[in-house]
Amino acid sequence: MNEQASTASAASDEAAQYLTVNLGNEEYGVDILAVREIRGWTPVTRIPQAPSYVLGVLNLRGAIVPVLDLRLRFGLAREEYTATTVCVIVMVAGRQFGVVVDAVSDVVDVAPGAVRPVPDMGTTVDTEYLKGLTSVGERMVLLLDVDRLLQPQDAQMLEAALASPEVKAVA
Amino acid sequence: MSKVDLAQFHKAFHEESLDGLDAMEQALLALDEGADDPELINVVFRAAHSIKGGAATFGFTDVAAFTHVAENLMEEVRSGRRPMEKAVVELLLRSGDTVRDMLALSMAGKSAATADSQVLLAELSAMVSGGTAAAPAAAKVAAPAEAIEGWDIAFRPFDYLLKTGNDPARMFRELGALGPLRVECDAGKLPALADMDASSSYLGWTLHLDAGAKRAAVEGVFDWVDGDCDLSLTPRVAAPVPVAAAPTAPSAPRAVRDVTANSESSSVRVGIEKIDTLINLVGELVITQSMLSQFHDGVDASQLEMLRHGLAQLSRHTRELQESVMSIRMLPISTVFNRFPRLVRDLAQKLDKKVVLDLRGETTELDKTVLEKIGDPLVHLVRNAIDHGLEGPARRLAAGKSDTGTLRMEAFHRGGSIVVEVADDGAGLNRDAIVAKAVQRGIITSGDGMSDEAVAELIFEAGFSTAAATTDLSGRGVGMDVVRRNVMDLGGTVGIRSTQGSGTTFTITLPLTLAIIDGLTAAVGEETYIVPLVSIVESVQVKPDAIRSVAGGGELFRFRDHWLPIVRLFDVFGCDGRRLAIDEGIVIVVEGEGTRIGLFVDELIGQQQAVVKSLEANYRRVAGISGATILADGSVALIADVTGLVRMQGRKKAA
Repeated sequence: MNEQASTASAASDEAAQYLTVNLGNEEYGVDILAVREIRGWTPVTRIPQAPSYVLGVLNLRGAIVPVLDLRLRFGLAREEYTATTVCVIVMVAGRQFGVVVDAVSDVVDVAPGAVRPVPDMGTTVDTEYLKGLTSVGERMVLLLDVDRLLQPQDAQMLEAALASPEVKAVA
Repeated sequence: MSKVDLAQFHKAFHEESLDGLDAMEQALLALDEGADDPELINVVFRAAHSIKGGAATFGFTDVAAFTHVAENLMEEVRSGRRPMEKAVVELLLRSGDTVRDMLALSMAGKSAATADSQVLLAELSAMVSGGTAAAPAAAKVAAPAEAIEGWDIAFRPFDYLLKTGNDPARMFRELGALGPLRVECDAGKLPALADMDASSSYLGWTLHLDAGAKRAAVEGVFDWVDGDCDLSLTPRVAAPVPVAAAPTAPSAPRAVRDVTANSESSSVRVGIEKIDTLINLVGELVITQSMLSQFHDGVDASQLEMLRHGLAQLSRHTRELQESVMSIRMLPISTVFNRFPRLVRDLAQKLDKKVVLDLRGETTELDKTVLEKIGDPLVHLVRNAIDHGLEGPARRLAAGKSDTGTLRMEAFHRGGSIVVEVADDGAGLNRDAIVAKAVQRGIITSGDGMSDEAVAELIFEAGFSTAAATTDLSGRGVGMDVVRRNVMDLGGTVGIRSTQGSGTTFTITLPLTLAIIDGLTAAVGEETYIVPLVSIVESVQVKPDAIRSVAGGGELFRFRDHWLPIVRLFDVFGCDGRRLAIDEGIVIVVEGEGTRIGLFVDELIGQQQAVVKSLEANYRRVAGISGATILADGSVALIADVTGLVRMQGRKKAA
């Protein structure tokens, strides 16, 4: 047990790697350990009653995976999907989902000490989706908290609204 | 050095213990029925013994302590010092339940000793330490342990003994620990060196233990080779105490033993995730194949024949592979049926009724998911049949039937479905009482002209629940709507046949597997949805003048003798429907939970088999959608949940 704990803490002392993605002229970092793959944009199948930022589902080698648009999630306008538009498949808590971004740019090492809290201004994004920010050279990278993108409280609210008494009784 | 983490074995221990408890319960029930087979007693003993051993190893001391006492009780029975009587069976059955609970608590990391277990432990201890029937039994069979001076043990292992991992030398050492031991070896069967197989055992031994050890201690040494050797234990007795002829431990391998050995080796425990992955991959293969099959036209004519041939082969192989992979998750329904002997026994006892349970078709295989979900509805039906369907002995005799009721549970294949029937030969449904109840509840206005089937169907109405139980009618209404809903959720149906005075039969029809459905592909605006074929009654084109609008904006259309509501799928699913005029599209009449509605879609594209995928795995449940599938072009199509749509329509009406 002790050994495990010490290796774990050793790992957290080391730099974590982030995949950086572009959204407009901002740059976001996604923990690379959560990233499963990066795919080009392909049309998805719309799901009824989904929040606007959930574009639909796609077929990922036989699994049905929801895709959300990061721009819409953050309340930005969706621009045309272009050749650089990509879908980053991430896996959080055993669930996979895709995140559509304008482009992927880089993989950066971020030392734990280099992560700064997000000031409450200067981003178009609600800070609750962010773990912090860091600078890479002259660039500022906002580190995303991917766990919160498909927000549970959101999902619960929606389910509560949809769920009929019968459905609850069965569950 | 770090200690081995035992926790990794806990799950395996837990599963094995539960299997052991199941085997124990079955053996006890057979004993309770009067079966007199020493092997059954051994099964119970072995289960208790292994659970005790495992529990002690993994530090579940409460469980170990409890099973130890149960094992002692079994030991008394096994050694013949106590007859296997009702009280013992009863107590051991309850002990099994308690151990089950204790194991669950232990696995959750809680203390397993509960008030219940303490009470039962006290009862067990009381029985073991000479309570009730111990004394006469002991005198009849074996001499008291104190009088034993020593043991003569004839031990001849069967030739495969060494392959089971047992080592006689180790056993002798263990015997030696009980007292001075003299060993004679019989090498008479030893073949010539050239003919010898080093892994076979050719030797036999006669052992003389010069100590008054307890029978249990001596037998304990041979526990693991029980059935793998000829063994006889003869106590040497000092005084003129009456001695029974050497009660021998199994002297020949019995058929029962062989059967258990076979069934153990023919099944493998497989993680469900692994199977799911495999099923996914094979489903994918099916899709690739259908993708390939669309290439026909674009290929050079000379290669076309080869391609066609290859495709035919691929398609055959794919299908075979898919079938065999899917069969992995098929399990015999006996895994569900097995719980019923106990349930029936307990219920019959509680209600003072005589019931014989007749299980048939136990080897019929069902999908594991179905098996897990079908248990509760079946329990419900069985409970109802015994509680309300079957009469007590007096009433049965008065009705000219035998005093013992029969409850038949049967599983069999019919067409592409699996049928599970629960039938009793009880009083049947009371038509008048049901009609009266239904009228009172406002479900129908009068029973005149209703067929018996239609009347029987009434008990599935939600409004029929609970209150019906208090009336004199058969009371089958208790939660019957829940049974039906659970079966519906599995894509199945429940039917009912009843003859007043001679019994009721419930017939549950289930799809062979949940993983693949036949569906009709329908276009709705830009999108494609799949409607399961089983729920489709008919597709019709409706003329605008056949539509009646209802206050509040609802639309009804005439279908045969009924007016059915129209559900426009593009409305429900919020897609851009292109066709708003009713005569431009098509209405699919579907039935869910006995209610029919018309789904309005743009057009029907075709019929296809769909590999059902979960939407919840990565996303969440969506109202009106039961899952998703992948079309031949690799895109995703959603599968309409007919039952859900019917309910949504019902709610809209109620709102």
